Amino acid sequence: MSGRAICAAVLVIAAAVVIGGLPELAHAQPFGMARPAAPAADGGVASWLLVKQAEFYRALSGAVRAAKADGTAAWTLLGLSLLYGIFHAAGPGHGKAVISSYLIANNETWRRGLALSFLSAMVQALVAVAIVAIAAAALGATAKVMGDAVRVIEIVSYALIALIGARLTFVKGRALLRALRPSAAAHHHNHHDHDHDHHHAHHHHGGPHDHCCHHDHAWGHGHAPEPEDLAGAGGWRRGLAAVIAVGLRPCSGAILVLVFALAQGIFLIGIAAALAMGVGTALTVAAIATLAVMARGLAARFATARPGAGMIALRGLETAAAVAVLAFGLLLLTGYLASERLLGI
Amino acid sequence: MRKVLAAVVAFAATLVLAAPALAHPHVWVTIRSQILYAPDGTVTGVRHAWTFDDMFSAFATQGLPQQTKGQFTREELAPLAEVNVTSLKEYSYFTFAKADGRTVTFLDPKDYWLDYRDAALTLHFVLPLKQPVAGKRLELEVYDETYFVAFEMAPQGPVTLHGAPTGCKAAVRGPQPLSTELAQRLSQLDAATPNLEDKLDDSFANKITVTCP
Repeated sequence: MSGRAICAAVLVIAAAVVIGGLPELAHAQPFGMARPAAPAADGGVASWLLVKQAEFYRALSGAVRAAKADGTAAWTLLGLSLLYGIFHAAGPGHGKAVISSYLIANNETWRRGLALSFLSAMVQALVAVAIVAIAAAALGATAKVMGDAVRVIEIVSYALIALIGARLTFVKGRALLRALRPSAAAHHHNHHDHDHDHHHAHHHHGGPHDHCCHHDHAWGHGHAPEPEDLAGAGGWRRGLAAVIAVGLRPCSGAILVLVFALAQGIFLIGIAAALAMGVGTALTVAAIATLAVMARGLAARFATARPGAGMIALRGLETAAAVAVLAFGLLLLTGYLASERLLGI
Repeated sequence: MRKVLAAVVAFAATLVLAAPALAHPHVWVTIRSQILYAPDGTVTGVRHAWTFDDMFSAFATQGLPQQTKGQFTREELAPLAEVNVTSLKEYSYFTFAKADGRTVTFLDPKDYWLDYRDAALTLHFVLPLKQPVAGKRLELEVYDETYFVAFEMAPQGPVTLHGAPTGCKAAVRGPQPLSTELAQRLSQLDAATPNLEDKLDDSFANKITVTCP
């Protein structure tokens, strides 16, 4: 009874992650810039984050101007950029929801969670730098051209997120279905059904055992290799796909600061500021990723204690997180969701 | 059971932190507005002059052809002005008005152009009223309910009356500075609120009230 209740609770929370993690609904753009819809109605933390973001962001333009006049003011700009990154990463976009869901679904280690968070944030900063450096600094392109470039990059990014989500959903959904059919699984190697064959094929190169459920083959082979296997090319390649998918879409604030610095003739300082924002973003996303991995670990321990309902709940959670990644990708792609965007004028 | 609770708490924490927080303003606009009157004393429209912050101005003018570096003529900025007024339509030009308590409707802008001074773009445009209105009390509010654009009244001369009957007076109240309390109230506003009254939130709208005898 309690097992079933817990299972239900975990599923509810997983569903909440899917729904709650959705960024705002899309709006078109005033002055040619996209903007998010009305903010979500959450409590004081979000409001405080908003105030801090706005403060740091507002201070950035002054810091850029000061850095032009006085080189030492560049340090102030870098400090502000770092703080802005930390607070802004809690805002829409920046892939923290996608990264967290990905980590939960994929049963990633903490270390890899940190690596994914940092790499995706740095890729994001570098994409912003690359767009402004190539389009604006080198080619003298207009804001419209930069906006168009961002839009193309966005579509690729969202499509990649959807692809990763689809793959995860397929793998995790199958594991969930297996967990839901204990009788079939009990006679496992007798029923050579379709699922089973695929399953074995898939895990040829992954680790054979899930550290959370090695006691029971009935619940299927794990989809997470042991930590030592993660260094393998396959694991990192998957992680890299996630890093690129999430990191591709640059942040509006970074692009604005870069263009402004370019206009002031201090583009290099602008690049340093964008990278500092990336580090700040990485810190926040890494903190959230840490929580996600911890939560997943606790759930796995609980699942081990209860091989029946617990494992179903765990597989359900993974599936929900995988569906969340897919949903993020599809909704972003179809424009039903807009993360903070920057469109052409 | 304790482990389960811990897991639930950790998930809840992840949810709260991973949920999208609010977007902050990316564009700041300083407003100057002129209320336009017909000779018969009716209000015919509003002439806005909106000055953008320097960072957005630099972004918007990036790569635009210019004859003299650091300067843009009205002609050079004409295509940008066109895009601005076109894209503002969807947002009702962020301008909401009531005459004696009744909501009035604006037509598409006319006489619009951009100028560039002191590294800042200013968008000038006239919003004509669909029908000129007479009234003792005109309320005009300018705001972005989603707070992507932060509007601020110009510190000096934010509102003027053009051709108003004698005795008409304009009073201006700017939005309160952003506080956590205000941010929380903003966050509870719904973009899809169908009722204009519900949208008009005193705390963050720039409110111009013109009273005539």
